[in-house]
Amino acid sequence: MNAPEKFLAGTVAQPATGRPHFHESARAQVAGGATYIDDIPEVRGTLHAAPILSTVAHGKLLGVDSGEALKMPGVQGVVLAQDIPGDPILATFVHDEPVFARDTVEFVGQVVGIVVADTVMQARRAARKVKLKIEALPAIVDVREAVKARSFVLPPVTVRRGAPEQGIAGAPHQLRGSLDVGGQEHFYLEGQVGYALPLEQDNWWIYSSTQHPGEVQHWVAHTLGLDSGAVTVECRRMGGGFGGKETQAGHIAVWAALAARKFRKPVKLRLDRDDDFMVTGKRHPFAYDYEVGFDGEGRILGLKLMLAANCGWSADLSGPVADRAVFHADNAYYLGDVEIVSYRCKTNVQSHTAFRGFGGPQGMIVTEAILGDIARALGKDALDVRKANLYGTTERNVTHYEMTVEDNILDPLITRLEQTSRYRARRAEIARWNALSPVIKRGLALTPVKFGISFTATFFNQAGALVHVYTDGSVQVNHGGTEMGQGLHTKVCQIVADELGIPFEKVRISATDTSKVPNASATAASSGTDLNGRAAQFAARQVRQRLAEYVADKQKCKPEQVIFAHGQVSGPDAVMTWEQLLDDAYKSRVQLWSDGFYKTPKIHYDKHTLTGRPFYYFSYGAACTEVAIDTLTGENRVLKVDILHDVGTSINPAIDLGQIEGGFIQGMGWLTTEQLVWSDNGHLATHAPSTYKIPATGDVPEHFRVELWPEPNREDNVGGSKAVGEPPFMLAISVWEALRDAAAAARGGPVHMDAPATAENVLKSLRR
Amino acid sequence: MEAKTIRLVRRGELVSLTNVAPDRTLLEVLREDLGCTGTKEGCGEGDCGACTVVIAEPHEGRLRYRAINSCIRLAHSVDGMALWTVEDLAADDGTLHPAQEAMVRAHGSQCGFCTPGFVMSLFGMYQNHVGRGKPVTRELAQEELSGNLCRCTGYRPILDAAQQMGDLPRVAVDEQAILNQLGRLAREREPAASGGGYLDPRTLPELLRLRAAHPQAQIVAGCTDVGLWVTKLHKQYPQVLDVTRVEELQRIEAYDHHVAIGAAATLTDAFDALVRERPQLKTFANRFAGLPVRNSGTLGGNVANGSPIGDSMPLLIALGAHVVLLSVRGHREMPLEDFYTGYRQTVLAPDEVVGWIKVPRPGGPHPDPLPPAGEGANGPAPSPRLRGEGGGEGMELLRAYKISKRYDDDISAVCLVIAARLRDGMVDHIGIGAGGVAATPVRAVQTEAVLRGAPWTLETAQRATAALRAEFQPISDMRASSAYRSEVLGNLMQRFWLESQGHEQINLESFRLVEAASP
Repeated sequence: MNAPEKFLAGTVAQPATGRPHFHESARAQVAGGATYIDDIPEVRGTLHAAPILSTVAHGKLLGVDSGEALKMPGVQGVVLAQDIPGDPILATFVHDEPVFARDTVEFVGQVVGIVVADTVMQARRAARKVKLKIEALPAIVDVREAVKARSFVLPPVTVRRGAPEQGIAGAPHQLRGSLDVGGQEHFYLEGQVGYALPLEQDNWWIYSSTQHPGEVQHWVAHTLGLDSGAVTVECRRMGGGFGGKETQAGHIAVWAALAARKFRKPVKLRLDRDDDFMVTGKRHPFAYDYEVGFDGEGRILGLKLMLAANCGWSADLSGPVADRAVFHADNAYYLGDVEIVSYRCKTNVQSHTAFRGFGGPQGMIVTEAILGDIARALGKDALDVRKANLYGTTERNVTHYEMTVEDNILDPLITRLEQTSRYRARRAEIARWNALSPVIKRGLALTPVKFGISFTATFFNQAGALVHVYTDGSVQVNHGGTEMGQGLHTKVCQIVADELGIPFEKVRISATDTSKVPNASATAASSGTDLNGRAAQFAARQVRQRLAEYVADKQKCKPEQVIFAHGQVSGPDAVMTWEQLLDDAYKSRVQLWSDGFYKTPKIHYDKHTLTGRPFYYFSYGAACTEVAIDTLTGENRVLKVDILHDVGTSINPAIDLGQIEGGFIQGMGWLTTEQLVWSDNGHLATHAPSTYKIPATGDVPEHFRVELWPEPNREDNVGGSKAVGEPPFMLAISVWEALRDAAAAARGGPVHMDAPATAENVLKSLRR
Repeated sequence: MEAKTIRLVRRGELVSLTNVAPDRTLLEVLREDLGCTGTKEGCGEGDCGACTVVIAEPHEGRLRYRAINSCIRLAHSVDGMALWTVEDLAADDGTLHPAQEAMVRAHGSQCGFCTPGFVMSLFGMYQNHVGRGKPVTRELAQEELSGNLCRCTGYRPILDAAQQMGDLPRVAVDEQAILNQLGRLAREREPAASGGGYLDPRTLPELLRLRAAHPQAQIVAGCTDVGLWVTKLHKQYPQVLDVTRVEELQRIEAYDHHVAIGAAATLTDAFDALVRERPQLKTFANRFAGLPVRNSGTLGGNVANGSPIGDSMPLLIALGAHVVLLSVRGHREMPLEDFYTGYRQTVLAPDEVVGWIKVPRPGGPHPDPLPPAGEGANGPAPSPRLRGEGGGEGMELLRAYKISKRYDDDISAVCLVIAARLRDGMVDHIGIGAGGVAATPVRAVQTEAVLRGAPWTLETAQRATAALRAEFQPISDMRASSAYRSEVLGNLMQRFWLESQGHEQINLESFRLVEAASP
């Protein structure tokens, strides 16, 4: 680095990374000026669509009678399976989902077709008037029933190490147990929406609220029978995604595009909130059985675990979700001799899909449950049992999928949180308090998270970006990642600003667009910044390198001697402003834009045996949560939360804090108030915010303290940072474990509490 | 049916909207007709708050601001009012309003889709609290933002923004100018037509006449339920009769023995009146929906609607409230529980409207079938002291219990309200209202009979517990199972017993975490 006196006095705050920059759209968002898909001014002649939904969970579709609907005012027509010019099956990985139901319907809410009308309400009214003739067939709604019937969307997978049967039998103590954990609706505030515009020469422009524009492009082209190059998909931002717009947005866009093709008009499909609940997939509910052997310290010696994922009616992303559950069944612990059997069950409900954590939470929770059960069986503090089982740094450090945990910070991290949260003192104090409290019981739990970062499908771990520098010094960045509120675009702007040594405000992001960066992976798996931030950094670095060479040539020095910082460019002989340099460089015909490409190193794994190194690194964290339950009603409340979380070197501490807090509260919702209820006939009874309750302001404890772990990523990752999108979600398992702790205080002995811990489930746990 | 022109004040200008169908929502008009897409639709049923806007009307010489859900509010209902959407707050030079600037500074927006709604709820708080020199505490922010959902932030930064917006340079609305404009709109208002698509009479005789003349017109008040019939059930109403502008029905009047709450009074105002006399109802009132729904919805509408899971009816039944029905033929009055005949069915005749709800005052005699003995209360020293109310012998012991999945803004699985008065250790008066346990809101007649005149002892409480469980056969649905509802009904009677004995820290609603100091 050059001496600072080389630079003119400047006010440019640098570096941009490491600072709590406001979200790049914040000022527009608070003023109503941030545009979402439904806000885009409609092109003349735009029509509106609404889906026709199956009312039966499983049946033969014998006929569709649109007669009455077609006579309604404003109705232009219906679009059904016979109107599909290309493949009537969606281009999903498993190729098992018809675009529209044809001969059979497989869940209540399956889309049979869409009605197209002049206005949204006309389309929605007419869609309800379409009569479906369906001959009902037996349906499976319950996941355990699906296991019994061997009803699967994908074959079972078993991961095995050592001899768990002997491990269990030979251990001083044994336990068996079962657990059911419910699913979760994403409840992105902006519902699913797509807007398809036919362009000239059979080209298509699709506005889609999607985490994966490239897949939407692929699906639309495939269904319309066109080349991918004929379709462009654009997304400036989503009003929340959380995994729910990874594949599910594709269906909406495909349906809109089919209607647009049939009527030769732009068509917008925006799902009503209730329809969104009925049509789209959710977090996979899971059922578990386990058998464990352990020693007097609670250390696991042998474990047999059954994970049954309720995948719904089609595979969608269930394979990788169930894989990730298997990969995270260890959470932070060395499992010893272990067998994990993973069932991917087919049921007649919505096709469950990606949701923040992507099976990770469902893998971890059962092991945390087992450790809690072991602690109660031994009469030990659950934290001691957890610590006894942690991965070691030199031994007991290989996962059940044969990856060595190289960056383990679990012990120091947990020990620090144990101290800062005053865990031991509070444990004693709560025990004293509970002994005197007749109705309310308090509970406490400290649980860790170790979450693997990388797409398990190795080829997804690549990204591209474009950096365009204009002659006035302003910069546009475009990359394959999408913005859903997580602050990806803000972080990318910070990274590019630092690479070019210019103010954050000089860098803008343009909408994600398949005609700019092609073949981009989904913005998912917490990987957005790791992948796209690096790609953008490399693109900016190439522009900088060309500029450095240009300056070096003029100042007769080496390019490495040219420094970019504080909005200025400094060589041995002269310093100039960034803007001056650009004007000169442009006139000297220096290329002022570049692409960048990144692929994650070191990763590989065998998808048949689920062994290898699927993850580049792990993100860590721990949470200590205190709760109270009412033993008369089962009502419960989170009282205090202390979190210590590892984001490496933070690129934006405010955004990371937002991800940690938001993820925790979302996880708390999953395990407490958010209950999806399907009736026996497969009808989802909780299909709107009136019946499905995500956390509200009153659910957030006043004591909600978050501290960041002060250590850079030990692997070479952008800016020394770590991924943050998903890992904090699983910190909320501490809420559920604390509730079980409180229930144990009330009843003594073992606690069986299914999730979510609604008042009813908590009361049930006190009675069973 | 032709509806008249909607006229309102926005951004300091008069806005006229013609040809708006009577059943069109305010959100549809904003987004589709006016192209103001800053206001978002999150759910279309008033449960997420993304569509929140602020309206204002003259009230005691000032403007009174209310945050409401535009997605279920009929556009015609804001005729003659001032309206702000998220696009209307920043200054002409783009300077953000403190409600907006505080959100930016606190990192209160992530995906940004709920943000316009939060900003408008914050603006409502700014006008009603900060602008009047009252601070926004964390508790207040939690209460007033409970009708706005955010899926990204976990709320902490938004609660911070609410508390910090008052620290930013003050921005004032030119109230006098708006009051003048609204005055002009009121003077120029078209006289209430005898026909037309949207009927919004201003006087009671006018309302009753229109009701008699148009029994087929859909009657609405705050539209927090009828709005859903439009957005979710896709119903269409060529003619709507709006009762909320009737001056006589907007009033809340206290008499010696009862408070009369007009059917057009909002839930916010009605609960304020109830809480003034019975402060222990404050939490229950705050847990009734979210503020934007309470600001639109009316107590009269909640009562007339007769939902078995509405929360106001168990309370009103327990308190011995009566309902007064009005028509051109005259009026009639009855105990609230007698108003209901079946699932969402009432005795209301086609030409009738709900006029007032008469709620007995705490000190006054209850319109109880059994007249309370020993009125006058100069009896001997009380035996079991009624703690918790700070009161003594003859005081009303009132508890309103609500069991729901979420603490705020949720619909009860079970709602139980118990109002008792003891004299000489005996249950002198008892009123028990229950919701979520039958096809209508109900009075627990059998349980009341067990308690009435009995000594208030553990044994009596246990008999009441059993009676309560036996009295109802609740259904199982997505909110709770039948077995849970039954068990909890009884357990709430136990809670009532414990609370009557002065036990504290036995109810999470009032639970306060008190910890020993660090060693």
